Amino acid sequence: MDPNSLRKINDYLWEIPRQGTMKVAGRIFASEKLVREMDEKVREQVINVAMLPGIQIASIAMPDAHWGYGFPIGGVAAFDPEEGGIISMGGVGFDISCGVRTLKTGMTKEEVTPRLKTLVDQLFSRVPAGVGSEGLIKLSPGQIDEMLIGGAEWAVKKGYGVKDDLEYIEEHGRVDGAEPEQVSETAKKRQYREMGTLGSGNHYLEVQVVAEVYDEQAAQAMGLRRDDIVISVHCGSRGLGHQIGTDALKNLAFAVQKYGITIKDRELASAPIESPEGKRYFGAMSAGINCALANRQIITHLVREIFTEVYPEGHIKMLYDISHNTCKVETHEINGRKKRLYVHRKGATRAFGPGQIDLPQEYRHVGQPVLIGGTMGTSSYILVGTEEGMKVAFGSACHGAGRAMSRTAAKKRWHGREVVKELEEHGIVIRGHSYSGIAEEAPESYKDVTEVVEAAHHANLARKVARVKPIACVKG
Amino acid sequence: MQYETFEHEADIGIRGFGGTAAEAFENAAAALYSVMVSIDRVAALEKRVVHVSAPDRELLLVEWLNALLALSDIDRLVFSKFQVQMEGPALIGTAWGEALDRVRHEPRVEVKGATYHMLSVYEKDGRYTAQCVVDV
Repeated sequence: MDPNSLRKINDYLWEIPRQGTMKVAGRIFASEKLVREMDEKVREQVINVAMLPGIQIASIAMPDAHWGYGFPIGGVAAFDPEEGGIISMGGVGFDISCGVRTLKTGMTKEEVTPRLKTLVDQLFSRVPAGVGSEGLIKLSPGQIDEMLIGGAEWAVKKGYGVKDDLEYIEEHGRVDGAEPEQVSETAKKRQYREMGTLGSGNHYLEVQVVAEVYDEQAAQAMGLRRDDIVISVHCGSRGLGHQIGTDALKNLAFAVQKYGITIKDRELASAPIESPEGKRYFGAMSAGINCALANRQIITHLVREIFTEVYPEGHIKMLYDISHNTCKVETHEINGRKKRLYVHRKGATRAFGPGQIDLPQEYRHVGQPVLIGGTMGTSSYILVGTEEGMKVAFGSACHGAGRAMSRTAAKKRWHGREVVKELEEHGIVIRGHSYSGIAEEAPESYKDVTEVVEAAHHANLARKVARVKPIACVKG
Repeated sequence: MQYETFEHEADIGIRGFGGTAAEAFENAAAALYSVMVSIDRVAALEKRVVHVSAPDRELLLVEWLNALLALSDIDRLVFSKFQVQMEGPALIGTAWGEALDRVRHEPRVEVKGATYHMLSVYEKDGRYTAQCVVDV
């Protein structure tokens, strides 16, 4: 995208002025370099979202924005039901509530390294991952409905994890408004055997070391020190979430016609929030969020079990769990008035600033931890939400690096075995269920996550706290 | 070539060809499974039949592919052989495959869903093409 085609507000904020049928302006939070690298399609998609009924303040793109289905990945938009606002499947995506959870281990790199290979082998063989993997728990139809209402809280009640874990998940591990009866039978059946599975593609389980601390006060609140070992899990709502997305794409297409909503792209399929169709999607999508939270909770339990077997002296404690592909009901201040809005974050994460009631007590003075995933070979970052972010982006931040190269191109360029060997030479142990999958995920096929994090930091969406570096990675 | 995949920024495109739209749909399904596994290693042991309908032929392609993906998840099968019978805005599709073998089938990446992006079904000089981008 040519930066000259945008109105520069400051070094990290660019505007697409309101024009034509846009109801609000478009705003892109990025450095000039990131703007230059952004696909022209991002502009088109930001504009398309700005045209949707009931949108508030601006159609927003995060520093890692790239082309997506309907909304850009890295797209954020909030809608007011009282102004005819809509809810859109395109603002959530197929992998509902895909997210990152980071666990503290209570151990340092020096302590973990001697038994690292054992840990990784155990994680690889016991945490189900990859195409067609099955979870250890098989759910009955009745249990599935309980899980969809209860989320991570349900999982903890079933013995997967401890109650304390729930404190460190957005909405305490369970969103309100989930309606299992709005989730199709097909979606539920897809999930019977997929609870506690990682999936494939860019999903991972990573052992990381805190390599750098930027903000001592926030790091201290999170209980993080340099050389500490943490474990991060990236996965989502599996088959159930995908089916909710697939079903909604079809159902909301009818709603678009029924309510005469003008959309520029079929994948912006939407319905008014207050319409029966909109409510049905919200109920199903919220159930999808709970499914993802339960899924990450079960994986956490497995990781905890394995870790304490290998390191009896270790103690797994939650740092935080964030969700990427969601629509949530939140209260935000718009022009001095508090409003209840439906905030869509597609490939973007919630990043609440200090003082928010949803945050755990010990983080409340610093803000919500924001976990930004890198690639198998590069760093990931931990940030905190800011007050400014609450004002300018509904308390949202970017979610990751974004691809720089297609999967097909990556596979042509690298071989999985070589990628594994090269990473091992850099001290990163890799275990994967598919060499071709590893080639597609080669670190160089992603954009530089550091550039994205710097932009989020300077745009004041979220503030850098620490950088973590992978020492082992399990891929699906 | 009966089918192929094509490059896309974050995901993968799939494309099937044929002398009829039905044949192009069959080959698009083969392209879809070629993203997930080595389909020439998948034996046609089990048979499943799906009925789908949609307002138009392009949406019908998405419905067909998504019906297969759901079946794969539910019955833990991967498919390698397909037959499609089209009747206006509806189709009856048959798929043959077997339970996923995580060594023999060389699994790669799961497909989350077929999307409307670059979705098109068209005929040129008597040759049909059916394509879309799939979310992985």
